[in-house]
Amino acid sequence: MSKTLAPREAFGKALVQLGAENEDILVLDADCSKATMTSLFQKEFPHRFFNLGIAEADLVGTGAGLALAGKTPFVNAYANFLTGRAWDQIRISVCYANLNVKVIGHNSGTSPGQEGPTHLPLEDITLMRALPRMTVIEPADGVEMAKAVRALGEHEGPAYLRVGRMPTPIVNREAGRFVIGKANVYLEGKDASILACGVMLSKALEAAEELKAEGISVDVINVHTIKPLDSSCILEAASRTGAVVTAEEHTVIGGLGGAVAELLAQNLPVPVRMVGVQDRFGLSAKMPELHEALGLTRENIIKAVKEVISAKK
Amino acid sequence: MVQFVEPQLHELADNCKRMRQWILTTTNKAGSGHPGGSLSAVEVMAVLYMKIMRVDPENPDWDRRDYFFLSKGHAAPVLYAALAERGFFPAEELMTLRQAGSRLHGHPSSECTPGVDISSGSLGQGLSIANGVALAARLKGTEQRAYVLLGDGEIQEGQVWEAAMTSAHYKLDNVCAIVDYNRLQLDGPVDEVKTLGSLRAKWEAFGWNAIEIDGHHLQEIYNSFEKAKEVKGRPTVILAHTVKGKGVSFMENQVGWHGVAPNDEQLEIALKELR
Repeated sequence: MSKTLAPREAFGKALVQLGAENEDILVLDADCSKATMTSLFQKEFPHRFFNLGIAEADLVGTGAGLALAGKTPFVNAYANFLTGRAWDQIRISVCYANLNVKVIGHNSGTSPGQEGPTHLPLEDITLMRALPRMTVIEPADGVEMAKAVRALGEHEGPAYLRVGRMPTPIVNREAGRFVIGKANVYLEGKDASILACGVMLSKALEAAEELKAEGISVDVINVHTIKPLDSSCILEAASRTGAVVTAEEHTVIGGLGGAVAELLAQNLPVPVRMVGVQDRFGLSAKMPELHEALGLTRENIIKAVKEVISAKK
Repeated sequence: MVQFVEPQLHELADNCKRMRQWILTTTNKAGSGHPGGSLSAVEVMAVLYMKIMRVDPENPDWDRRDYFFLSKGHAAPVLYAALAERGFFPAEELMTLRQAGSRLHGHPSSECTPGVDISSGSLGQGLSIANGVALAARLKGTEQRAYVLLGDGEIQEGQVWEAAMTSAHYKLDNVCAIVDYNRLQLDGPVDEVKTLGSLRAKWEAFGWNAIEIDGHHLQEIYNSFEKAKEVKGRPTVILAHTVKGKGVSFMENQVGWHGVAPNDEQLEIALKELR
C-alpha cells in the first residue's frame, strides 16, 4: 500500500507557509474552516482570516473587494456550493472584473462520500472552466497540492483549485516541477495516452502497470491544469500514440474529458474514451464504494485503453 | 459640518442639470438604456463625486482613493455622467454610450472605463465588494471609505442581506450604502412586486445606522454623508427617498421608463423641461 495524504491537510499547511512569506495573503471561509483546514491559517494569522458565515455569494464578493484593494484572498467553501451557488459572483465580480481571487473548492469529487449526492461536487470543473480568464487546477495528490498552493501565491488573476477531503495515494515526486498550464508526463508509451487529473492519476498509473504485463505500453500524463490546457503536450502525445483515454473524478461533460475532446476534435481527431462520471448524480457511500459505483476504476481505464487501441486500427 | 453657501449649491445644481441632459441624450443616441433609475440618483451621485469622495481623475487607480460601487449597474448612464463631470474622461465621450468599441458599456466595466471601481450589472453584488475594500482599508490602516449605491428593487436579492450582516459583524463604519428608494422596479411598484416592508427597521435590525433623507435635496444628501463619517463601530445606510425619472414630467414615477430610451421628440420635450 502506497503512502497516502489528505489533499486538504496539505492545502491547509501550505497555506500557512504561504501566509508566513506574504502578508497580502488573506483567507476567507464560509463556516467550514475545520473541514477545509483553513483553521490552521486562522490560528497562525487571526487578523488575516475572515469567516463570512454560511454565505457563499457574499464570501466571493468580499474576496473580490479585498483583491480590488491589492490583497490576495483565498476564498474557501465546499466546491459544489461555492461554484454552484456563487457562480454568478465568480463570473461577474471575479472573472469579468479580472481580480486576483483564488477560489478554493473543497470536499471535491467523491471525497465527501456518505454525505450523499447534494454534497458531491461532480460538476465544478465544468462550471469554472466555462468562465473566461479562469485558471482551473486539480492536483494529483497532497504533495502536488502544496506545490499548487505555492504556484497560486505567485499567480495573478482568477483561479480555481479543487481540494479533496480524504487521504489519497501519493504519486507526485517531491522534486518534480509544477508549472500552471504545463502537464507532467509520468510514463511514456506508444500504444495509447492516458490523461488524468486528481486521484485518478494513481489509478492510471496502476492501469499502466497491468497493461504493461499484457504487452501494452501507454503514456500516463498528469493534466493538473485543466485550464489553460497544455495543448502542445496533449497533441504531441496524441500524435505519437494515436489514441487517448481521459480519467477524472468528475463529470466527463465539460470536465477534463470534455476539454481534451474539444482540443482533439478540432486539431487531431483520434479515438477518445472518457473515464469519469457519466451524466448522473452520485449516491451516499464511502469513497471507494463511490468509485466502484460511478465507474472511476482502474479496470475501466484498462478497458478504455483497449477500446481506443482497437478503434484506431 | 459644512453648510453650502449659494454659489456652491449653484455649481452642484449645474452639475445635476448637465448630468440629466447627458442621461437623456446618451440613452436617446444609443436607442436603449435605463433613464428612470439614472435620473433618480443624479443628486446623490453629484454630491458624492463633486463633494464627498476622495478620488483623483488623473489617477483613477490611486490606491488611497475612496471607492464607489454602482451595485444597481443598470444606472450606468448616471455613473458615466458623474465621472465625466468629475473629469475622469471628456464629456463628449458620453455620446458613445453602448456603441461598439466604446469604453462605456451598457453596464459598468472596471476593465475599460476610467473611474469605474467594479464591473456590475448582475444585481446584489456591490455591498459585498464594498465590505472587501473596507476590510482591506482597515488592514492597511487607511482612512478610505467605500460607498455603494443600491436600488430598492435590487435589495430583494439575498446577497445584499448576507453582505449587510457582514458589514455589521465586522463593524465596518467605513462602509456607506445608499438605497435609491424610488419605489419602482422593472415589473411595477416595488411594494406590488415584492414588498420591502419597513426598510429602515430591516437595516436597523441588521445592525446598521440608518438615515432617511430627501434624495433630491443637495444639502440633506451632503449632511447625511458627513453624519455617516462620524458614526463609529457600525455601517451607515442612507435611505434616499427619490422619484424615478426625476426632472422629466412624463417620466416621473412611471414604471415604463425603467429601461426605455426617449425618442427624438421625447428628448426635445424632456430637455426643455430640465431646470
